[in-house]
Amino acid sequence: MELRRFTQSAPKTSNTTMSNSEIAKRNILDRPLTRNREELYLSTFSFLFAEAVQYLQTRVQQVSELEDKLNQLGYRVGQRALELLCFREKMNRREIRLVSILGLIRVQLWKFLFNKSADYLKKVTDREDEYYIEEEEPLVNRYISVPKDFGQLNCAAFMAGIIRGAMDSAGFTASVSAHYIHREEKSRWNAPVTIFMIRLDESVMNRERQWTS
Amino acid sequence: MSSSRASTWNKLGDAAYSKSEKVSADLVALTYGSFVREIIKDYEEPDQVNKELEKLGYNIGIRLIEDFLAKSGIGNCSSFEESAEIISRVAFKMFLGIRATVSNWNSEYNSCSIVFDENPLAEYVELPPEYTHSLLYSNILCGVIRGALEMVQIIVECQFVKDQLRGDDTNEIKIRFKEMLQEQVPWNDEE
Repeated sequence: MELRRFTQSAPKTSNTTMSNSEIAKRNILDRPLTRNREELYLSTFSFLFAEAVQYLQTRVQQVSELEDKLNQLGYRVGQRALELLCFREKMNRREIRLVSILGLIRVQLWKFLFNKSADYLKKVTDREDEYYIEEEEPLVNRYISVPKDFGQLNCAAFMAGIIRGAMDSAGFTASVSAHYIHREEKSRWNAPVTIFMIRLDESVMNRERQWTS
Repeated sequence: MSSSRASTWNKLGDAAYSKSEKVSADLVALTYGSFVREIIKDYEEPDQVNKELEKLGYNIGIRLIEDFLAKSGIGNCSSFEESAEIISRVAFKMFLGIRATVSNWNSEYNSCSIVFDENPLAEYVELPPEYTHSLLYSNILCGVIRGALEMVQIIVECQFVKDQLRGDDTNEIKIRFKEMLQEQVPWNDEE
């Protein structure tokens, strides 16, 4: 953190001491990223997310459009979260294999954003390019009850967007969508389980094949 | 403001923050950023974006007050002066993990500022030059304060007057007291 030390010991122009905020003002890149992980009250996020859903909902005609918008909202989060995660956790290795990046998302990225790893990562039988991450109770759905006339809306489309954003910026273009699946044995919350269906782009699969051959 | 009340509030704020269930602050910051980006895409004009953010904050505020009163242990906010202190010492700590300070009271005690150095919403944010002097990135907070206070019968007007993203030395929200609503008996529609 050479830059930071330099700015702090610079001659003071006024009688106030140089605060963090003044350093931040000069250049955001001078601020350290490796601070301790900070946490906020869950409701802060829930209120914000619920309001975002309300906002987007007034701008669409159909449930599928709303899911697209939530996916897009998450995409921008995913792109940045992966970068931030790599800096924070000092992950120097770049994941180039499909299974490793999926594992990274299921464990590290999930823990980084949601304080837990995702429940399962599975491969779709008979399909080479499809995987899914299963989550019993996605964080974003904790305080959301979907009105009946919204059909199968799953607000975890936002989290699907996060996966898509992270995968895309790691060079694994994919389409990701969130779905409910109904199981025989009910989950703890007596609610359907959510799966994030990940369908990889053909270019990614071609590259994978080159690795294996 | 007696110091014992202030320290009681500080303690209530710390307790409400530490016992609450948590979420990653990065998730909140990144989600807010992505949301602001979406609003900018829809409205384009920074002034309109600021207005929309305030409106969204108001919607949050009117719902958040219930959670706040239930979890914080604050009985009621009886005066504007007291409410300002409670917002900065208890509510800011509880919802944003930071403690703000109240300052700049005018002589009539109907206007003050809430000042805070750290802003978890604006973490990792740098405004492009064309927005530096027009966009109030965290304007949602003004709406939250206005909405929450309205639910306890206090009508105020809030305005961001300093923002570190604009190059100011700190963040400052000015609150102007407008009126106190009289508590009314609910309309009896059976008669």
